[in-house]
Amino acid sequence: MPSAIRFSGVSRHYGNVKAVDGVDMDIAEGEFFAMLGPSGSGKTTSLRLIAGFEQPTAGDIHIFGHVAQGLPPYKRNVNTVFQDYALFPHLNVRDNVAYGLMVAGQAKAERYRSAERALDMVALGGYGDRKPSALSGGQRQRVALARALVNEPKALLLDEPLGALDLKLREQMQEELKSLQRSLGITFIFVTHDQGEALSMADRVAVFNEGRIVQTGTPEDIYYRPEVPFVADFVGSSNVLPPEIMRDIRGVDAYGALRPEAVRRCDAGHDAWVRNVSFLGASTRVSMQVHGVAMTMLLPRGAEIPAVGSTIQVCWQQDDLHVMSR
Amino acid sequence: MRSDRAPLGLKVAATCGLAFMHLPILLIFVYAFTTEDKSYQWPPPGVTLKWFAVTWGRTDVWEALGLSLQVASISTVIALVLGTLCAAAVSRTRFFGRETISLLVILPIALPGIITGISLRSAFNLADIPFSFWTIVLGHATFCVVVVYNNAVARFRRVSGNLIEASMDLGANSFQTFRYVILPNIATALLAGGMLAFALSFDEVIVTTFTAGQQQTLPIWMLEELVRPRERPVTNVVAMVVVLVTFLPILGAYYLTRGTETVAGQGK
Repeated sequence: MPSAIRFSGVSRHYGNVKAVDGVDMDIAEGEFFAMLGPSGSGKTTSLRLIAGFEQPTAGDIHIFGHVAQGLPPYKRNVNTVFQDYALFPHLNVRDNVAYGLMVAGQAKAERYRSAERALDMVALGGYGDRKPSALSGGQRQRVALARALVNEPKALLLDEPLGALDLKLREQMQEELKSLQRSLGITFIFVTHDQGEALSMADRVAVFNEGRIVQTGTPEDIYYRPEVPFVADFVGSSNVLPPEIMRDIRGVDAYGALRPEAVRRCDAGHDAWVRNVSFLGASTRVSMQVHGVAMTMLLPRGAEIPAVGSTIQVCWQQDDLHVMSR
Repeated sequence: MRSDRAPLGLKVAATCGLAFMHLPILLIFVYAFTTEDKSYQWPPPGVTLKWFAVTWGRTDVWEALGLSLQVASISTVIALVLGTLCAAAVSRTRFFGRETISLLVILPIALPGIITGISLRSAFNLADIPFSFWTIVLGHATFCVVVVYNNAVARFRRVSGNLIEASMDLGANSFQTFRYVILPNIATALLAGGMLAFALSFDEVIVTTFTAGQQQTLPIWMLEELVRPRERPVTNVVAMVVVLVTFLPILGAYYLTRGTETVAGQGK
């Protein structure tokens, strides 16, 4: 597939602070791409580099084959949905959505027709006369989406788009964004610190840490086959086993990752001292100490719950213990 | 924890205070209608409207009024442009000396007018600039900029930087962003600042005294009139006009910024 956005050794340093440091990535056309990482990991700065709000201090950015560095935001055919939506408070919803077409010089009747179509697409037909302040958070989010999409961008950038919504609305918007992306067929690039969101929506995920990409891959890769301890720990909180332990139990000199749901109780396995037990509803999380390392185990509903302070035996399938490459 | 009624003593004190401040102004209005023109005699011996006609016919009044209006308008325009640009720079970007610039801009209104006046006068002398209409305008602009700057900077802080990025992202260049996003969001603050600046300039005496040549603005003309005991009530008629011309913009500014945290002259 042709490349939509390509970063080659891109850095953005502010003095001594390396916000983005030597990032390489290649986002394909039509892909739903997630940039995942904790705050301050460089994911938002990378998005702003694509949008043109920041310029790289080193490296090359290509957007649909064209060199992008030096181009101002208004000369790039990408549009952004901002974290706080950034709707213009003095304009009504229709004028907000039609803004991009207005500055491009499109006639009023024509741009209002396009704005109405875009509002229909996000299920907000008939809201054109309202002011943004009269809308709920979820509705503002949809207006921001319509305002970006009405310009028919080749790539849509979303900065923590669901961060301000409550859980139920967030799940609903995840599905809507996904189906919108499928029906429009354009590239969606979105930034999030929520690994569940990244895994459920994206075709591919880049995990950021300290200004660098530590792993890029499909959600399954990221979840089941983390390459570095950071990914194992950050994405779905895998148990990370240090090389000392791995040498003893597996005979390899590398970090290991073990999903909490892959650990189970058995009669003869590893000694585990139970530190804490938390009831999660569908399952119960047991925090314990195994070979001197903190580990968690997820017990399905109905399993026998061990007492805090007791020592139990735990096992796992050899295949479930993933050996990390770095 | 508010009681419904104020104690009697407080009411009396407040009434006296307000009366002390505003009765003299009423007195000025009353003497505009007196029949006696040499000294201010109380109660006025008679009531007449003839001083309005006399004032209307005096060319020196019209010249002074015209000059004051021109000076106030041009100072306000200069203040609007410079004050807005300065507020934008201070609130949009971080640079070395930013706080200092903010302080230096506000300083002229904190300094006594006489200091501003003397320093401008010696500066004009040193630079060999003849005193003229433009030196008055420059003098007034120094404190008019402050008023506009204060109003604009408070509003700029409330306009989220994201709005500007959103506008650029949607394809608007810098000029379009200013025209369609920034200006509508700061317009009322600028209007309020401009009105205050106009009112300040219109009744300014001290700085004008130091920076004017032979020209007489309306307040200067009034001062001169006071020492001449001829047709005194003309001064009162003019005073009424000045009160109206300066009061209306201030009232307007008050209503425009009401309900926002933007306090005119804030940070003074």
